Amino acid sequence: MKIVNVTHGSFYGIGAYAAASFTAAYLARGYPPLLSYLVLVGAAILVAVPLAVVIERAILRYLYVRDEVVILLVTYALFLILEDVAKLVWGVNPYYIAEPYALLGSFQVAGMAYPTYNLVLVGAAIAFGGGLAWLLHSTRAGKLLRAVIHDPEVSRAMGINVGRYYLATFALGSLLAALAGAFTAPTVSVVPGLGVDVIVLSFAVVVIGGLGSLPGAALGAVIVGAVRSLSVHYLPQVELFVIYFVMAVVLAVRPRGLFSLAEPRKI
Amino acid sequence: MRFWIAGTFAALALASLWLPQWMLFIMTVAIARGLVVLGLLLLLRAGLVSFGQALYYCIGAYSAGALGRFFGISDIFLEMLAGAVLAGATAFVLGFLLARYRGIFFGLLSLALSMILYGLLVKTEALGSTDGFNIARSTLFGARPDEDWVRYAVLVASAAVAALAALLVHRYLQTPLGRLAPAIKDNEIRVEYMGASARQAVHVKYVIAATLAGVGGALAATTVGHIDPEMAYWTSSGEFIFIAILAGTGNVLAPFAGALVYGAIHTMAYDLSPNTWQMSLGVSLLLLIVFLPEGLFGRLRFR
Repeated sequence: MKIVNVTHGSFYGIGAYAAASFTAAYLARGYPPLLSYLVLVGAAILVAVPLAVVIERAILRYLYVRDEVVILLVTYALFLILEDVAKLVWGVNPYYIAEPYALLGSFQVAGMAYPTYNLVLVGAAIAFGGGLAWLLHSTRAGKLLRAVIHDPEVSRAMGINVGRYYLATFALGSLLAALAGAFTAPTVSVVPGLGVDVIVLSFAVVVIGGLGSLPGAALGAVIVGAVRSLSVHYLPQVELFVIYFVMAVVLAVRPRGLFSLAEPRKI
Repeated sequence: MRFWIAGTFAALALASLWLPQWMLFIMTVAIARGLVVLGLLLLLRAGLVSFGQALYYCIGAYSAGALGRFFGISDIFLEMLAGAVLAGATAFVLGFLLARYRGIFFGLLSLALSMILYGLLVKTEALGSTDGFNIARSTLFGARPDEDWVRYAVLVASAAVAALAALLVHRYLQTPLGRLAPAIKDNEIRVEYMGASARQAVHVKYVIAATLAGVGGALAATTVGHIDPEMAYWTSSGEFIFIAILAGTGNVLAPFAGALVYGAIHTMAYDLSPNTWQMSLGVSLLLLIVFLPEGLFGRLRFR
């Protein structure tokens, strides 16, 4: 949609909070812990989708005509609001739900214990990425969406309901962010400010990969993850800024990211 | 316009004689922020949003701090000069890279650069790591004002510097290079057809903006008396952009008025509901963008 969405971070945080509180309540009642994964996902859907729809319909849809940078500031404003809303709803104390994480146990790789949950997460990420690529490139809706992004005006003239596509895209994107938060919730303590850290990192990921490119985002995520782990292991002093350093280097070499698409020049 | 700039700051300095100490503090910090936003105004007029102006703000603050810590100098003008020179020199070097980028990429690359400085400072024990360090009380040309008069003296000094900066920027905006800004925003290719270099124009604007941010940072450092790496964090850049949007980019006095209003909103929101001040900021930013796209003061024209 050509929107750099800072609110994405809030959805991540809110997804984590929703998942943590719902799952904690669910487990406290003594229901079977294996189904807690469903609760995790359900909580994210239940909270993120209505919120995304409200934000898009009430605010964002009136502002698509403005500059990209103005929309970025709008999402920044929404981000500030949602951060405090999350604090009002869930308080400032950390939430822990370790059960879904502990339940799967761990296995041994070359003498090191590796939690199975993380492996499942990697699988889920690949599945979501593949699903999204399929949705965008092989279904009618996906093809129409790409047409809408390319040129909303011509798409509208061709009879596509552009507003509905924008709404659906924003809701789906926000849902994915919330799901990411929900899946992460069992591995960390859910505290305020969770979204802040993740949003700047995800910007680095998409900028390294090239804005609007799925394979780029995947590659960017792998690069960012690997660089970060390596630096923590070998050179912990630089851990805080090594990501930004990589981003600056990538942009210096490929000004629009690794998988960027050619941009037409308007004269 | 020249008359308005000189008059406003002179009136400000005069009126401050009757204001309480805490208000002097808020006003000096507002002037420091206003200087940074004045630089942002230049970039915004060319359609560039720097999410990393905190980089130069922080460089300015730390060069002022280093002067005191390593050389025992606490003269406010020397501190501002050091901040300006170091920030400007850094921007001159980084500008060769950044002047090639536009839109989101310009914003995110500048953000990355300021976060690199943040990371470096957090890990530098000699400069106090995350705690930062304190800065000695300001002196003016070797004179050490009384306890009661320090704030007032700093305010007058900063008002003078801000007036000078506003006049120079106003003058710059009327030169051919300054007038290129809206053209770059509208259509860069046409700018090049005209025979002007958009990249060079952006580079110059970037260095000016950084120099102003360096002065602002040094001023903020000596006013607050303490500096820490948070000054380079991206939320700090966000604050400056917030002020720029709040104030509008229509004239060179808007940034200072905007910084003052921001200080007031910030103080009040923090006072009324300490837990939801971010929300108050977010709501006001949203309302401004929707209903006042030119900002509070952007429409004002001075003759």
